[in-house]
Parts: sequence; structure tokens; C-alpha cells
Amino acid sequence: MSGNGLSYSEQGGEAAPELAQEVVPTTTPSAPAAFGLFSSDTKKNEDLKQMLESSKDSAKLDAMKRIVGMIAKGKNASELFPAVVKNVASKNIEIKKLVYVYLMRYAEEQQDLALLSISTFQRALKDPNQLIRASALRVLSSIRVPIIVPIMMLAIKEASSDLSPYVRKNAAHAIQKLYSLDPEQKELLIEVIEKLLKDRSTLVAGSVVMAFEEVCPDRIDLIHKNYRKLCNLLVDVEEWGQVVIIHMLTRYARTQFVSPWKDDEVVEEYSENNFYESDEEQKEKDQKVKNTYTMDPDHRLLLRNTKPLLQSRNAAVVMAVAQLYWHLAPKSEASIVSKSLVRLLHSNREVQYIVLQNSATMSIQRKGMFEPYLKSFYVRSTDPTMIKTLKLEILTNLANEANISTLLREFQTYVKSQDKQFAAATIQAIGRCATNITEVTDTCLNGLVCLLSNRDEIVVAESVVVIKKLLQTQPAHHGEIIKHMAKLLDNITVPVARASILWLIGEYCERVPKIAPDVLRKTAKSFTNEDDLVKLQILNLGAKLYLTNSKQTKLLTQYVLNLGKYDQSYDIRDRTRFIRQLIVPNEKSGALSKYAKKIFLAQKPAPLLESPFKDRDHFQLGTLSHTLNSRATGYLELSDWPEVAPDPSVRNVDVAESAKEWTGILSKTKKEKPIEKFYSESEEEEDESASTSASESNSGSGSEKEDKEEGSSDESSGSSSTSEESSDSESDSKENTAKKTSRAAAERQFSPGKFLGGGSDSEDIKKKAKGISKKRSTSSSSDTESTSSEESSSDSMSESGSKSDSGSGKSRSATSSKKEEKPVQDRKAPNKQDVFLLDLDDFCPVTTPVAVPTAAVLSPSLTADLEGLSLSSSSVIDVTTQVSVPRKTHELLHRMSGKGLAAHYHFSRQPGIFGDRMVSVQVTVTNTSDQKIENIHIEEKKLPPGMRMHEFNPIECLEPAASITVSMGIDFCDSTQTASFQLCTKDDHFNVNIKPPVGELLLPVTMSEKDFKKEQGMLTGMNETSATIAVAPQNSARLVIIERLVKAANLGVVPSGQDNIHRFAAKTVHSGSLMLVTVELKESSTAQLIINTEKTVIGSVLLRELKPVLSQG
Amino acid sequence: MIHSLFLINASGDIFLEKHWKSVVSRSVCDYFFEAQERASEAENVPPVIPTPHHYLLSVYRHKIFFVAVIQSEVPPLFVIEFLHRVVDTFQDYFGSTNVGDQLPTGQLSVVPWRRTGVKYTNNEAYFDVIEEIDAIIDKSGSTITAEIQGVIDACVKLTGMPDLTLSFMNPRLLDDVSFHPCVRFKRWESERILSFIPPDGNFRLLSYHVSAQNLVAIPVYIKHNISFRDSSSLGRFEITVGPKQTMGKTVEGVMVTSQMPKGVLNMTLTPSQGTHIFDPVTKLLSWDVGKINPQKLPSLKGSVSLQAGTSKPDENPTINLQFKIQQLAISGLKVNRLDMYGEKYKPFKGIKYMTKAGKFQVRT
Repeated sequence: MSGNGLSYSEQGGEAAPELAQEVVPTTTPSAPAAFGLFSSDTKKNEDLKQMLESSKDSAKLDAMKRIVGMIAKGKNASELFPAVVKNVASKNIEIKKLVYVYLMRYAEEQQDLALLSISTFQRALKDPNQLIRASALRVLSSIRVPIIVPIMMLAIKEASSDLSPYVRKNAAHAIQKLYSLDPEQKELLIEVIEKLLKDRSTLVAGSVVMAFEEVCPDRIDLIHKNYRKLCNLLVDVEEWGQVVIIHMLTRYARTQFVSPWKDDEVVEEYSENNFYESDEEQKEKDQKVKNTYTMDPDHRLLLRNTKPLLQSRNAAVVMAVAQLYWHLAPKSEASIVSKSLVRLLHSNREVQYIVLQNSATMSIQRKGMFEPYLKSFYVRSTDPTMIKTLKLEILTNLANEANISTLLREFQTYVKSQDKQFAAATIQAIGRCATNITEVTDTCLNGLVCLLSNRDEIVVAESVVVIKKLLQTQPAHHGEIIKHMAKLLDNITVPVARASILWLIGEYCERVPKIAPDVLRKTAKSFTNEDDLVKLQILNLGAKLYLTNSKQTKLLTQYVLNLGKYDQSYDIRDRTRFIRQLIVPNEKSGALSKYAKKIFLAQKPAPLLESPFKDRDHFQLGTLSHTLNSRATGYLELSDWPEVAPDPSVRNVDVAESAKEWTGILSKTKKEKPIEKFYSESEEEEDESASTSASESNSGSGSEKEDKEEGSSDESSGSSSTSEESSDSESDSKENTAKKTSRAAAERQFSPGKFLGGGSDSEDIKKKAKGISKKRSTSSSSDTESTSSEESSSDSMSESGSKSDSGSGKSRSATSSKKEEKPVQDRKAPNKQDVFLLDLDDFCPVTTPVAVPTAAVLSPSLTADLEGLSLSSSSVIDVTTQVSVPRKTHELLHRMSGKGLAAHYHFSRQPGIFGDRMVSVQVTVTNTSDQKIENIHIEEKKLPPGMRMHEFNPIECLEPAASITVSMGIDFCDSTQTASFQLCTKDDHFNVNIKPPVGELLLPVTMSEKDFKKEQGMLTGMNETSATIAVAPQNSARLVIIERLVKAANLGVVPSGQDNIHRFAAKTVHSGSLMLVTVELKESSTAQLIINTEKTVIGSVLLRELKPVLSQG
Repeated sequence: MIHSLFLINASGDIFLEKHWKSVVSRSVCDYFFEAQERASEAENVPPVIPTPHHYLLSVYRHKIFFVAVIQSEVPPLFVIEFLHRVVDTFQDYFGSTNVGDQLPTGQLSVVPWRRTGVKYTNNEAYFDVIEEIDAIIDKSGSTITAEIQGVIDACVKLTGMPDLTLSFMNPRLLDDVSFHPCVRFKRWESERILSFIPPDGNFRLLSYHVSAQNLVAIPVYIKHNISFRDSSSLGRFEITVGPKQTMGKTVEGVMVTSQMPKGVLNMTLTPSQGTHIFDPVTKLLSWDVGKINPQKLPSLKGSVSLQAGTSKPDENPTINLQFKIQQLAISGLKVNRLDMYGEKYKPFKGIKYMTKAGKFQVRT
């Protein structure tokens, strides 16, 4: 039957060719002519019937393929039922399968005929082949014929105790189908579910939980005894089952454990082994702090066992774990999911959509979760609009004082996007940032006003609407903007925008007393041609003006009211009547018109600019209901945490009846045998061999450690790793014989050819590995150690592979346990650097100890490396070093609180030597005590996210009365946030912190006046802040101004052609953004201070700091 | 879960349907067509569409919509991920040169992802380390954000039940990974070694992500000078592509595309190498550059004619870049060794590295 496997596609009318093109490469059918003839026949299925009656299996199979093809294309094939059903007993398994497919589709329509096939299934249910048993059950339960419900029930019961886990899995599937066919069977089915829940096969777990969720989701009592088992099986369950189980366990946990959120400030035990501390310890603790929250070990178990699944390739699993952590984990732990969610953003558009939605909800409540990943949400012009707007939503949620200037700059790009819908959304986002972060409100407002002159009407309209909302929040000093908008009215045609402008003018008509009546005059003229929305606002404006300025506007308003009276829209007629009654006093109007002014010009609450994702988390994350923001059919509510936890002992499993495996968790004995093995059936032998080999090699150390960490259940990996080792020694001899070839191959591994050789115990690799580990700096200890361990292991490798393998395993585990103490070792780094593509951190430990304050020595090779990596492209502007450094020292540690150790620091104003984003700080430590102070170093850095610190080399010893100056570098990320750390001596720790004045976050820049003006011209609008200041008379001389400003901030002087204008330029240390300062002296000892920069936040802080500099005497 | 599945092609025909529970009429797809119409572009069709009695969850691949009909609450990613797997399977099955006559046979194996009784005369295992750089470069050439998406794709044809371990020179780079279910997670956690019984044939062993927080090397740069003037209907266009941090490797397969603003009528351009096309209808400029020769940088220069009377476009177009660099994993990831246990024969092993541009955009 070669070639005609898919011949049915020839037959099926219009849809067939597409199918063929899109998915199926058509194979030439063996007899196309014959089919073609028949297909035009009225009895077109006659041929199929004949083929089905044929004695040849191949003909039958062809027919069945065509029939299934018809079904797939949505064609009616029901008349073939009798002919097809005869073949249900076919010996040919291929035919059988296709007949099953047919039956599942049509049995419901032809119930009587379908009954003919039942006996076949009943027989198949007893087949020795588990595959056949399972598929018989599957088909039987898919035949939606009520008469056979009892037969199905019986079949499910029997299958649920089948020896094959695959058949039991299918029994679980059948439960759901039977339940949907006949809900009356619920009680009986619950019994089966209860039984299957106890099943220990990973194959069954997911399916039975699915059945549980469909049939009896409220019966959480059935879960208690299986809770721990499900937690422990979870890693090995197939991925779809994992999703279902995780969602179910989330609901379960919310009913059984108390909230871990209540006392967030209470430090929760983090280390895993603490959880299995002995009962006495627990009790002691309880007594010490009465109300300390202790997490139920079962609660912890769930969190711990789901965490590795964040590494799943399946987006649904990752999302399920993410929502579990969101709903169940202590708030401090929930952030571990963000990295994985960000990873999913590189997936398909649909996955991105769902993940972004959920991230949006999360980012509202806990900004910190995604802050480090801000840039991963930047929008690309090729993203679909729905993805763009979701990313924008998250960016807006994440905006704060520290990142707002970066974000606003990014938003500026978006506003110009060709995708206008997205540009409009960006304007809304800017509006939201402006209301949420008061520092930038003015900046944003200015920026939006600039947008008013944009060419695109949608952009302008959206800006108007947002400005309106912003002005409402602080109308005090915005007369200018309102005037500007009044002018726009001549050009803007978008109704919403026109209406917004009119409303603004009406609302604040007393601030623009000259313009408002004129606007009314103009709009009165165009009234009849306006949109309804605009008409209503014209009426509104008229009414307000009538009340405040009736002298000028009485007639105009009456004219407008008359126009409104005869308008076609009854809304407008209605509004007109209402307004007339209110504002024009007459006998009938009565008391209300007295209060007309209060009614119209009442203080109105400013609109809240809120995220559409606010409050969406009352739906469980990751659900369909959350995505739709409305309750979907069958949504199961997540209950609130109970006040008092229900009895946790319900989850205890009776030791006698239960498998001994999961006692490990309960009874805190760490060495119990874990429950399920990875591939349960076959592993028995492997296990044995593993245990023998384990006794020889010392690989036990690794698995032992694992046991400690994991409590139980995970011997699968342990055992398999040992088994590998045992087989390693076998294969090793072979490898040795193949050494020559493998050596050649191994060499290629490092050369461009990249063919990895097998044995790899060739000497070449050793040498290379050695060479590399020598060349490389010992940047992070774990890595170096691992290379060195490889080195050592390869030295001893000549004997047996297994030895070296376990050896490296050991040293690795040693490494990880040593992790805490690593920094000390790091210091003794060799000087040579090897450029590594990632991780700038690699460079940091290369300190050439810098003790002399001004020596900014960079090793040439390092400079070159850094240059290669530095991504800044601006080469026009050179950073100059300040000639006269105004030295202002700050106290870091007072000698009294430092037990004789005093420390001061000042900003050296040198370009950072530890990386070009670092601010150089010189720390002078003095020993005022009468004893030597040893080992002065830094520990416990507590830096805000993004900030980095390069600490000074430890001072080994400081004699009494001696002092020493050391350099350190701190990357403040262009913010004035405090860097906290501990200054430590051999015996003591002192908490200290450094808070940079904003002027020290800059590096001076030289540029010509012309360049300055050019740059300034590009930094207007949002990027400009200014203030008028008083200048003390003695401060108006050029030299004084320069001296004072340069002292206050690390600025470079720009030569100026005018006497009354002084310019200064600098760039921020971290991002290299320009910071242009202009002082323009005016008459009567005032001056205009202008700062232009992209970093608007720093700009405004700097402005604030510079203001008093010139006014003080 | 999924009630029914409909496949809809580019011309809007439902060409395939499958029902797992009772039959849902294909008229339910009308809601989908409505949403499709509203969305103007296929890309913007919402993946989740509520209808009065059902929910339609869809994925769009190979110009085909796979629309699943759902009746009750389900994690949407469950359905979406599943649909993508269905597409993958179709691709796998129909994509191979000869569609087998054999219907896929059910497999029951102790290792769920590997069939039993696999036999090959040549035993071989190939691994491809492929990294894609996603980046946004701003006007001045500085990197706004750059990330690496890496995968290790494997083609393993080994007899029996081989148990493989793969170790890296610098596993530290892999701090954000996702695995094929065959990988033993615990072993990775404790030793940073990938230990697994591989599926038979092609599969994705792992994918990893090097986030924007790390410094990512950018192997190419674009020098651009694109300007539209208000006064004239002619604009200038000039771009040059050059290598940056390529670790001495050749950059090839370079392709530059850019969506021009609507006001652009035509472009008269001369490339120093390669071929270029400007489609006046879609306003898409594409320039197939080929290899970059560092001695003679490829450039594309010329003029842009704008629609007379319209004002100049607000924004310069963004430039999308594609390229390939063979034998280089830009993150620096290196495989150390591959060992096989559990079988006695000696397999042939190979590893290949490649760096590609993912979503690589230059704002101008």
C-alpha cells in the first residue's frame, strides 16, 4: 500500500487542496482516476462500502483512511456506520484503530448500531496486551450511549485495579467521560477516584487529579492522605499532569495552612534543614517568640518540590508554579519566579500574551519582583500591538523615582512609533507616571504639551485628554497650558480632544478670563457642525461662563442654549433644558438656581489614572478567568487563608498501611528510602548494581548530601548517577583503547571544527585546561575551583574514569558548601586577565591596590578590555579631570562608635578606576586607639538593586595613630540611594553607609560653547528644568560663580562668550548622560538656573541643590 | 479541557476539525472570524476569545490558526502550549521527506520519552549550541537592552538505552535554564552536569537565557544616516554594516530589513554588495548583504522620495538585522565533554556552535 496512504485527500472537494498544501505533502494516489469517477457519483460512498467489504486488509485500510479524512474535514460519513462497525473486530490493529476513531465520532448518533460493537470492547478489555486493554476502555468510554453506563462503570472499576499503570491512567480518563455522560454516577465514581488517588504511579497521578477536579473538586478530604505523596511525585509526573496537580494543590494549601504573609517582618527560616529541626528546637522557638509564624512543614514541602519545575520547558508548568508561589509563598520568596517568567517572554506570541498579563497583575502589587528585569519589557517595533501594550502596562507599573527618567526616555521613542494605537497608549502611560511620581509631574506635563504640536491627530488628541486629567490634579499654576490648548482648538478635530479642551477652559475659566469668552464665541459659531460630545461641552462652557462672567457672555450663552434647544439629539435638548432652568433665574426655577454656581463649579475630584490590571488578582493567576477578567464557567474560587490552621495530622499517613517511603518526611529521619523511583518498573536491577558500586567508589558523598537537602524521594538521580559510575569503569577500558582517535577528536573540540571527541582523557585537554585555568583570573571561586578540580582529576585520570568522576563530584559539593567563605580566597588572584564575554563582575577583583588618592592607574591591557566591552559610543565629548579638587570630607565612622577606628571618606572626582560606571570614593581610615587594628575590610554589602560596589583591598594591619587612605568604587546607578555596608576589623563589625551628594554622581565634560548649545537644543521639553534664584551681590562675579558651582557639583566649565551667562557641562557617571547647567544673570540680582539632561530626576535634584549655592553669602 | 479543535487556513477555510467530546458545530468559529476582522492583522488576533457558550483559544503558526474550543475554566497556557506541541508534531510528521504509511504506533516504555528496541548501525550523537541575540540599539549605537536566548538541540541516534552526561567548561553561565523532561534535575542542581537518557532522534535538550542584566557582546554595528527634510520631497538614506565583537569570526547571512514610513514613495539605492528590494506597497526595504568583509564594509546609499505635500515622517524607521556567525557561542558557553554509559559500543559525537541575530533592532 505504498504511496496511497493519504489518498483520501483527493476526494474531498474544496478544502482538500489546502490541506494538501499546508500540511500534507501529497503522495500520488495509486488509483486517482477511479476515485475521481466515484466521487462525482451520487452514491459516492459506494466504493468505500465495497472496499470495506473486501477481503483484503489493504483495501479496508485505504477505505478507513479516506473515511477518517472525511470526518476531519467535517463531512458527514454517518451513512457508512453499518459498513464500518463490522470491522471493529478486525485482527489488523491499524484498521481497528481507525474504526475506533470512527466509532467515537458517530456512536452517539447511531446508538443501536453502536451497541453491536460493545461486546468486542468487552472482550478487548481482557486482552493480555495493556495497550489494547487501554484503548478499548478509551473507546468504550467515548461512546456516548446512556444504555452502556453500567458496563462502563464496571469496566472503569476493573481497570482501576489493573496491573498496568497505563490502563489505570486510562481508567482515570474514563471517569471524567462517564461523569459528563451521567452525573448520577458521581458517588460511585468518587470511590474510584479515592482508590486511584492512592496509586503510586507517576503515570496515574496527573490523570486522577484531573478527574478529581472535574468530578469532586470540593472533596479536599480525599487529598489529605495523598498530599505528601503528590508533592513528592510531582517532579516525575508528565508535564500536563504537573499543571493540573499544581493548580489543585494551590487550592488545597489555601484551605489548610495559615497565611505566611501576616508577619512579613518576622524573619522566616530560610535554610532548608531548619525545617526538619527536632521537635524540641521547635518548641523552644515557640516559647521564645510567642507569635512567630512558623510555616507548616507540609506547606514548605509543596513550595520546595515545585520550585525545580520553574525549569520546565513547558510554559504552562512554569506559569503554574509561578501562580503557586504568588498565592502561597512568603512574599520574600515569590520573586524567584520572575526570572522564569521573563524567560517565557521569548516564547511564542500567545505564550507571551498570557505571561505578560499575569506579570502585569503581579507587577502592580509587588514592583520589586520585576524591577531587575525592566529592560526585558522594552518594546520592539516588530511586536504585535497587543504585546506592545501589555509590555507598556508593565513598564508603567514598574516606574519609580529611580528609573523614571530612563523610562520616560524610552517612552519618547514609543510616542514616535508608527503604530499610532500604541503611541496613544504610551501617552496614557506617561500620564499615569506623572500622577504616580510627583517628581516628574511637571516634566511629563511639559513633554505632553510639546506633543500637542505633533502632526498626528491621534497623538495630539490623546495628549489633550491626558493633560486634562493631569491639570485636574493640580490646576494651580497652569494658566499658560490652558491658553496654549485654547489656541489648539482651531486645529484639532478629534471630538474627544475638543471636548476635553472646552471642559478645561470652562472649569478654569476664571484663570483665563480673557480667553474663555472668546472660545465660547468661536465654538458658538461652529456649534451645529460639532459632534455631540463637543456640543455638550460647549453648553457646559456657556453655563459656567454665564455664572462667572455674565456681563460678557450672557447673550452668547443664550444663543448657544437656543441652538441646543432645537438640536436633533434629545440628549442635547435635554441638557439644554436642564442648564437653562438652573442658571437663568425665573419664578419656576426655585431654590436650586441659587446654588447653580456651586453645582457647576464644584471642586471635582481628580480622575484616578489606574492600571486596568489593578485588582485583577482576585482571580487565581494563570487561570482563564484571570485572562478574561471575568468568571469563567467552572472557575474554582481560591479560598482565603484560614485564621487557624486545620489539624495538620490529617495528612499523616498511617505507617502500617502506607508505604514506608514517605515516613522520611514526617519523622525527620533523613536516610529513609524514598518513594517512587523514576522509572519504577525497571529500576530494581539498576539499583542493586548501583549500591554495590557505590560502596567501592566514594560517590556516596554526593548522594548523601542530596538526601540531606531533599529529605527524601529523590534517589532516582542519586541512584542513576551511581549506576553511571559503575558502568563508567566498564566503558573506560574501551575508551583507553580508543584513546588515539579520541585525542585527535578532542583537539578539534577546541579548534574551530568543534567536534567533540569521546573519551576526552587525552593529554591535550589536560594541557589546555591547565592553560586556561592559569590564564583565567580567579574571578568567582566556584568556577575556578571547578576548573582546578577538573585539572586535578584529569591528572589522576590515567587509572580509572570512575575515580576521577566521583572525585570531581566531591570537590564540587565541597565547593558549594564553602560558598559562603569564598571572597577571602578570591583576593589572591593572579594578575593576568582573560576577557570573558559575559559578566563584568569577572573584572572586578583585579584590584591593583590603590592607596594614593589621585593615582588613577589602569593597567593598559585592562583598559583595552574595558574599551572593547564598553558600549558607549560618544567619543566627541571627553571627560576631563578636575584640576582643583574641592575636598569635602564626610564622616563614615566616628572613632567613638568605631572603638578607636575612625573613617572618613571623600569623593576624589576621578573617573572610576574600577569600571567606568563607578564613582571613586577615597576612604581614610585612622587608628585612634592604642592597639594595632588588624584586617580592616568590607562585608555585608546591602545595595539597592543595580548598584555595585568595588571594595578596597583589606588592610592587614594599622598601627596606632597611623592612617591610610584606600580607594573604592561605587556604582550608584545615577541615583542618590545609600550604599550600606559593614566596615569590619578582625574582631568587630560596624554598620556604615555612604550617601552621595548628587553633584558627585557627575564627571565634568569639556565642550565648546557651540557644542553646548547644540546639545542643549536637543535636550529641551521634558528634559529641561529651570528655576529663578536670588543671587547674593558678592556672588555675581564670574570667578565666584564658577568656584561655587564647581565646588557644589563636579562640573566642567564651558567657555562663554557672554558675560552674564555661565555654562557648565558634565555627564552622569553611570549612564554617561549629559548634564548641562546654565546660569543666566538677570537684573535685580536674580538669575535663571537651567538644567538640561535626559536624567530628569537627577536634574531636578541637582537644581534643588544648586539653588542655594549662589544665594548664600 | 479541549473540546474540539479547528484548523483555519489563510483564506479563512476550516479545513480540519476534531472533536474529543460531543461535536461542536463549526459555526462557533464565526466568533473567531469576527475577532480576526477586528484585529486587522493575524498577529493581533487575541489568543483568548470568549463567546456566549465557549471560549476559543488559538495559536497562529505557519499561516494557520489552530483554534481550540473550551467549555470551562482551564489554565490558558495549558491549552496554548498543547496546541503548539500539536503543531510541532505535525511539522515533525509531515515535514519529513516521506510521510510514512505506518500510523504512529503507541509506545509504552519505562522511559516515557524513548521507545524501546532502538537499533542503529552507525551510532551518533550531535549537539548544536545555537544562540540568538535579542537587542535594541539606540540612535547613537549604544545598547539599550541585549539578551541571549540559547538552545542546545540534539540529534541522537544511539542503539539501546544509552545514558549520557554532558558537562560544560563554564556551567556558571547557565543560570536560567529549562530542560527537556529527560534531564535529571537533581544532578544538574548538585553538579552542574546534564545527565539524561535521550529521546530517539531530534529533540531540544535545553534552552537557556542570559538576561539583560549581563553584558552581552554585540557582534555587529550599523552606521546610519537617514534624514527626511520638511522642505524637499527627497530624503537621504545611508547605512553601513560593520563587525564589532566577533571574536575573529566571519559574520555572514547578513540581512537588513526596515519598515519605511507611509510617506515614502520610492527609494533609489545603490548597495556596495548584495541585493536590495524596496516594496512600494508594503514600504518594506530589504537588503540581502551576505558576508561582511571587514576590509570593505558593505553599505547602501541613495535617496528616498517622499510623497509631495505631506509633512516629513515623525520618526526614522527602525532597522532589523539578521546575521549568523558559525563556530561561535557569543555567551562563551563551551561544552566540555560528553560521556555515554549503559551501552557498550563507541558512539560518534559532534558539537557545533552558532550565533544568530534574534530580534535585533537598531533605532535610527
